[in-house]
This record gives sequence, structure tokens and C-alpha cells, in this order.
Amino acid sequence: MHPAPSVIIFTTFSGFGFGLLFWLGIGMPAPTGWVALVFFAIAYIMSVGGLLASTFHLGHPERAFKAFSQWRSSWLSREGICAVATLLIMAIYGAGLVFFGAQWTVLGWLGALGALLTVFTTSMIYAQLKTVPRWKHWTTPALFLILSIAGGALFSGNIKTAIPLLIIAAALQAFAWFHGDGRFNASGTTMESATGLGHIGKVRAFEPPHTGTNYLMREFIHVVGRKHATQLRIVALVLGFVLPVILLLLGAKHVLGLLAVVSHIAGILALRWLFFAQAEHVVGLYYGKR
Amino acid sequence: MTTLPPPSAKKLGLVIDLDTCVGCHACVISCKGWNTENYGVPLSDQNAYAGAASGTFLNRVHSYEVQPPILKDQPAAPAQLIHFPKSCLHCDDAPCVTVCPTGASYKRVEDGIVLVNEKDCIGCGLCAWACPYGARELDAKEGVMKKCTLCVDRIYNENLPEEDRQPACVRSCPAGARHFGDLGDETSDVSILVAERGGFDLMPEQGTKPTNKYLPPRPKDVEPEYDILAPYLEPIAEDGKGFVSWLDKALSALPGGAK
Repeated sequence: MHPAPSVIIFTTFSGFGFGLLFWLGIGMPAPTGWVALVFFAIAYIMSVGGLLASTFHLGHPERAFKAFSQWRSSWLSREGICAVATLLIMAIYGAGLVFFGAQWTVLGWLGALGALLTVFTTSMIYAQLKTVPRWKHWTTPALFLILSIAGGALFSGNIKTAIPLLIIAAALQAFAWFHGDGRFNASGTTMESATGLGHIGKVRAFEPPHTGTNYLMREFIHVVGRKHATQLRIVALVLGFVLPVILLLLGAKHVLGLLAVVSHIAGILALRWLFFAQAEHVVGLYYGKR
Repeated sequence: MTTLPPPSAKKLGLVIDLDTCVGCHACVISCKGWNTENYGVPLSDQNAYAGAASGTFLNRVHSYEVQPPILKDQPAAPAQLIHFPKSCLHCDDAPCVTVCPTGASYKRVEDGIVLVNEKDCIGCGLCAWACPYGARELDAKEGVMKKCTLCVDRIYNENLPEEDRQPACVRSCPAGARHFGDLGDETSDVSILVAERGGFDLMPEQGTKPTNKYLPPRPKDVEPEYDILAPYLEPIAEDGKGFVSWLDKALSALPGGAK
């Protein structure tokens, strides 16, 4: 799949933003006044910024409001509804903390649940696709959720919780990579099943339908990035998890804490880039590629 | 709503004969022509006359080489070249419809055709991600999703002569490799064709239940066996008659002539 910057930025930062909103919602921490304003501002810049980034790849962003209508069948529609509902609930909860110094606990927990649902619905946009065997697995929603909660713990300063969460997330990510590598072959979709010509013999793409490229090839066949997959996985693990955990163990005072956050963001961006670049769509088989 | 309707009794679709297709791409061009001038926004091209040409097509023809397995003690059978037209299969269980967040994509209740209401399409591309066949292409100029309409504006169009009320790709195929009809009706010509020729689904494991069917290439002729003694047999017409025989003898009689 084409690793479009808009979707990488969207999934990474809205994941952090809603993760931070989750921790703020359950009152860990529950600051008031200016401190609360800063926390909520960071959460909203990341979550809303991420959602806005996702509209950049739309052909008609001005019609985006229509995407709230199909919640009965579409995960993308459900995600839009969850995101807007969560942001509205948390805005009221945040206003209570910032302006009235009041913690409306029920509203906070409702917002925290909404934040988790938003991240889950985002992950299901990818995990539902049978056409991308690497994504269609329980590890996709599990990873999106734990990365969001772990990142949120880091941003919200829940250091003692962040360390074990980061370690679990790293282990789950390593498992997802390892298991995901074999899923395309395990899916049973081959050039023979795609063309139905397997009963004659081995199928080879002889001539493409056109001399140039097309939308399908640009969107679904991305070979370049996979070349350095192993190195990028190591970079993502080190920057995303190993370095932040070491920095947090050294004592998460301001400079070290900031370094841990910056390192984690870089690691997650690399990991998300791989999430798209390494995912292979079955339509590539018609072009003799993956 | 983008939830799928219950399976319709009428299932309009195509049957594509891989034995007959000659790979001329006439269906590709007639499809592009009709669908640029009619239903929905035109199918745009980018850099059509420059280096990196690219464009939106609803029907494309691939070509595959299929190598039969090499059996023990036998010379390898020659590879076969098979031309393979591919467009929307109007699936019964269309994954492209249910993922649509706006309701722009829908499957018609009355005949099973899968269409896009372009006024509602936000161009998110998720339906193209969900389709295993590459049947949907986002138009780079208009920013909306384009797909085969089964020429819905031809097949019911009473302003056209009766023989033209079929998809442009079927009407233009010079080899008769494309057939249009109701695959929900077991007695229709296309259903009989599928039953007799062993029509199959593409990627059945994806669970999309496509309406369109493909007919497999027919088995190739086997080379006839020759009598291995043939080269040792005496020529039958030893003492020929007529002009050619006289010429043969006359030339042989010349100095250095072949006997």
C-alpha cells in the first residue's frame, strides 16, 4: 500500500491525541486552570490535527460531513462519529477543569471510553480489509489501542504506567511483524486464483494492460520501501520503545522526558510508515507484483 | 444506506470467454469512449501526450503466460498466452459497498448493478482498497470514484436501437468474447454458457460472490502421431506420367543433373 503522509500523520497523531484524552478523561492527571489548558491543547492539536490531515487525501473534502451517515455498515463512518462525539464530550469536561476547576467524573469516563472507541474504529478501517492479509488480523486493533494508550501515558506523564505499556506494545508489535510476514501466503490468494488459470499451469504476467502506470498501481503496489524493512523495524523498535524506556528509567525529568517523547514519536512514525509500505494488496497479483 | 440489499433475483452481468478473447483492447476503448461522454463525470487522462501517461479506465485487458507443468519423459507443452479483460464483477457480497462512509456506493435492488452516486462521493478511496479485483479507480481530475456501470445508460435506453442495448464492451467485441445477460436466471443464454463451459469466479476465496463469470480456455489440440516407418517407405509414384515427370527425367538427363 502507498504510504501516504496524510494517513501516516493521521493515524500517528490522532492515536496520541486520543490516547492523551483517555488518560485525562479517567483523571490521570486531573489538572485545573492553566495546566489543564496546556494538556487539553496538546491533546486537541494532535487529535484534531490528525483528523484534518486525513481529509487531505480526500477527492472532495467539502463533502466530508456526509461521512457521518453510514454508521450501520462502514467503519470509516463510525470512526467519524466516535471522533466528533469524543471531542465534544472532552471539550465540556476540559472546560470544567480549565474554567471552573471542577472535575465532572462521569463525563470524563465517557470521554475516555469514546477515545478508545475512536482508536478502535480507526484500526478497524484497516483490519476489516480482506484484500490486505497483513492487516486483517486481531493484532491490528490490539496494536492501535496499546500504542495509543502507551503514547497517551507518555504524554500525560504517567511514567510508571508508560514503561510496562511500552514494553508490552513493543512485544506485540514484534509479534505482529513476525506473524504478518506469512499472512499473504497463508491467505490462499495467488495469481492462479486471481486469474482462474491455475488448472492449466503456472501463471506469469506477460503484458500489463497499459504502457504507463495507473491509480491502482500507485495506490496498492509499493515495492521501494520494503527493501529496508528490517533496518526500519529495528529503528522503530529502538526509537519507539527501547530509548524512551531507558530515558524514563533514568528519571523522567523535563529534558529526558521531552527526549523520550520525541524519540517515541519518531519511532511510531517509522512503524506506521512500515504499516502501510509493507502491506500488500491482492490486486497486485493481477500485475504479477505484490 | 451502504448495507447490502438481499440478493436480487435478477443479476445482470458479463460472461467473458478467455478462449476467444484476442486481446485487441476494443472493449477498453469503447468503454472509455462511452463512459467519458455519458454517465457521470468523464474518465480523465493525465499527460496523455507526454512521458508519463496515465488515465482512468473501467475495463483493462491483462495478458498472461501460462506454462503447463513439465511431465516426466515428455517434452514441455508450449506455454499459452491468455488475454484477460477485467472490469467490475458486480459482486453479490460487494465489500466496496459496505465500507463506503457516505452511502455513495450502492448495489441496485432491482438488477444487482453496483454503482457510485458521484454527488455523494468524497473520494476517500476506501472502496478501491476493499475491492480485490482493482475494479475501482479514483479519477485524478474529478476526485470521485469511477467504476463499471454495466452501461446502465445503454441497457435500458429506449432511445437506442434494440441491438445497442448492451454494454459498450460487449457491443464492440469483434471476437464475441463478451456476453451480457441475467445470471440470476438459470435459463438465460449466459447461464447456459456458464454451465456448459465451466464458468468460474475470480478469487473465490475472497468471498465476494462475483456475478461476472469467466470461461476457461479450451484444451489445446494434441499433435497427431505419425508412423515412425514413414521415412523408410518407398515413394509410391516411381514412374510418374505427364509433363512434370517428363521434366524430371529431362533435367536428370542433363550433365550433372540429380538422379
